[in-house]
Amino acid sequence: MKKITAILAAAFVFMFCGTVFAAFPPVPAEEINPGFVYIGPVGDGGYTFMHDKGRLFMEAEVPGVKSRFVESVPEGPDATRVMETLVRNGSKVIFANSFGHMDFVLETAKKFPEVIFMHCSGYKVAENVGTYFGRMYQARYLSGLVAGSMTKKNIIGYVGAYPIPEVVRGINAFTRGVRKVNPDAEVRVIWIFSWLDPGKEKEAAKALIDAGADVIGMHADTGAAPQAAEEAGVYVVGYNNDMSNYAPTKHLTAPIWNWGIVYRDTMKQVIAGTWKSEQIWPGLKEGMVDLAPFGKDVPDPVKKIVEEEKAKIISGSWDVFTGPVKDQQGVVKVPEGTTMTDGEMLSMSWFVEGVKGDIPK
Amino acid sequence: MKLTIEPRLSSSWRLAVFIPVFSLAAALFSGGVFLYFMGVSPFQAYRAILTASLGDAYGLSETVVKAIPLTMTGIAVMLSFTMLIWNIGAEGQIFVGAIAATAVVRFFYTDSRPVMLIMMFLAAGAAGGIWAAIAGFMRAKWSVNEIITTLMLNYIAMNLLNYFVFGPWRDPSSLGFPMTPPFPDTARLPVFWGTRIHGGLILAIILPLLFWFVLKFTRWGYEIRVMGENPRAAGFAGMNYLRNVVLVMFISGAIAGIAGMCELSGLQGRLQHGFSGGYGFTAIIVAWLARLHPFAIVLVSFLMGILLVGGETLQIVMRLPLSSIMVLQGMILFFVLGGEFFRKYRIRSVKDDDAVPLQAAPSGEEK
Repeated sequence: MKKITAILAAAFVFMFCGTVFAAFPPVPAEEINPGFVYIGPVGDGGYTFMHDKGRLFMEAEVPGVKSRFVESVPEGPDATRVMETLVRNGSKVIFANSFGHMDFVLETAKKFPEVIFMHCSGYKVAENVGTYFGRMYQARYLSGLVAGSMTKKNIIGYVGAYPIPEVVRGINAFTRGVRKVNPDAEVRVIWIFSWLDPGKEKEAAKALIDAGADVIGMHADTGAAPQAAEEAGVYVVGYNNDMSNYAPTKHLTAPIWNWGIVYRDTMKQVIAGTWKSEQIWPGLKEGMVDLAPFGKDVPDPVKKIVEEEKAKIISGSWDVFTGPVKDQQGVVKVPEGTTMTDGEMLSMSWFVEGVKGDIPK
Repeated sequence: MKLTIEPRLSSSWRLAVFIPVFSLAAALFSGGVFLYFMGVSPFQAYRAILTASLGDAYGLSETVVKAIPLTMTGIAVMLSFTMLIWNIGAEGQIFVGAIAATAVVRFFYTDSRPVMLIMMFLAAGAAGGIWAAIAGFMRAKWSVNEIITTLMLNYIAMNLLNYFVFGPWRDPSSLGFPMTPPFPDTARLPVFWGTRIHGGLILAIILPLLFWFVLKFTRWGYEIRVMGENPRAAGFAGMNYLRNVVLVMFISGAIAGIAGMCELSGLQGRLQHGFSGGYGFTAIIVAWLARLHPFAIVLVSFLMGILLVGGETLQIVMRLPLSSIMVLQGMILFFVLGGEFFRKYRIRSVKDDDAVPLQAAPSGEEK
């Protein structure tokens, strides 16, 4: 397995900075008709909701662009038809917002080489396929600082979607934050094997609370886990957007997305004729990820720590996976004085010290 | 004045034509009112649905792609429904069929495409068939409610599939995402005319013809129909209930399993978490709307394809949210299914004083 991880890491590095694609010719704003392919409904209150907020931000920021979207597009062959239908109805740029859309994006992109495809969270690129995601791990780390400070029992539960690097990286960053302020705390993970399943999200949160967790973290699309936490009276760190609606008294904060930045910038590039296939990964510094406002129970000293760490990350002097970083067995994976590369982070498939749970192989 | 509902004693051909047509018109009209209140022009919306699904070769091909698994699974459940055995486990049978076909690709791989496809076909049919026959046997032998067992077997099949795609069969290069590696070309059904229409089309044409013939002209088809209408009489006539229930469930499950294999090998090209889009459940609606007639199943599947493919386009062209499209689709199905009621029953208004018709008759005689 280690060997495979190493190969994957190498592949990522190659894909990340190896190939350089040519720029696309400019397209007038009125003719772009960007089409958004959403994994969930815009009313999920989380992941897709935030993408749609980003879409509306883009429409407001880039005059003349009129977009359209299709909701609840499964990560299966239907995605191909949705994208092709968008293209046939005049979309010159397609955004697909889920990892599992990846192969279908590439399939459609091959058929329509003159159309630009932007795939969120994937790793496969082509002349006309770029990817975008954000350094959510940075905001996750900050939210971990809050969670680690607020736990009394030193058990923090984490509802995880799929055991893929994106989620693993988030859990690791969160745990790094937790352990920074509270070296005795542990993060327990339950996988729900779905991005969007309010029933499972809630059940997993309940199971973690029953197992003794007094703070819940999450990586899923809806506000179901925060709801479960509010009902059980334990703190919760949301995800995607400010989820305090779902847990009015127990919401501590949430690492949140500002997708509009990518959508706006992509439109500007397409209009200017400077768009080319890239893998973009902006973070706290660019404002792509951030923290939601703190809940009323978060004390000032904790807020201060978060601000300090945030400044450190933004300045570039330190990042979440700057060594020493140990894995679950205590083996040093990143020695002191070095920082994980983007390629290594993007293929992360091991847990850091402090995580209790495993990654199904 | 009161209204009473009474069963129709006979059903004329005029009703058989008039009611579906009227239901559809009523559905489109009320759907139109709904669309109007959603702020879009009903005519434009309906035109968008039709243009997207039938307007060009691409739309038509995608509608057919949707209709193929619906037709096959519709035939599968129709067969059991004809015998009044309620196989609502087609979804699970699709899953086990796909799992078996994937197992063939993994463990019995050969370079010959025909051999591969035939083996996948047989494995999928056997797996789906046995899966359904379990419920059939329990039903016939111990009167275990097959609605419950087939439904429960769906979840077992679903979790079985999850086990394989999350566990031993997962593609190591998928970075933990639950799917098998893509199948080699030798394990893929051929596709036609540069579209996504695959070899399953042939089965979707043959199966309705075959079962129309079997049910109408063969002794076995007759037995199934008699057993559906009156199992006791069938028993007195010497028909073997147990054997036939198990057989019908086996064939029903086998067709569903093969539908799963076609979807897998023709369209998806790999086994994946959340593999079937609920075809096994939609097929029940299809079979019901088609009143269990094999040819009508083809037609209804095609109409379903139009609704599914056209529905997406409404989101794109008319900028309608998905939920309002689901309401529209639901309304159309509701009216068409509701029309069925009026084919079987009639509503008559009766005056209070002649509520008992027997009293009216003698008074007529006196004159």
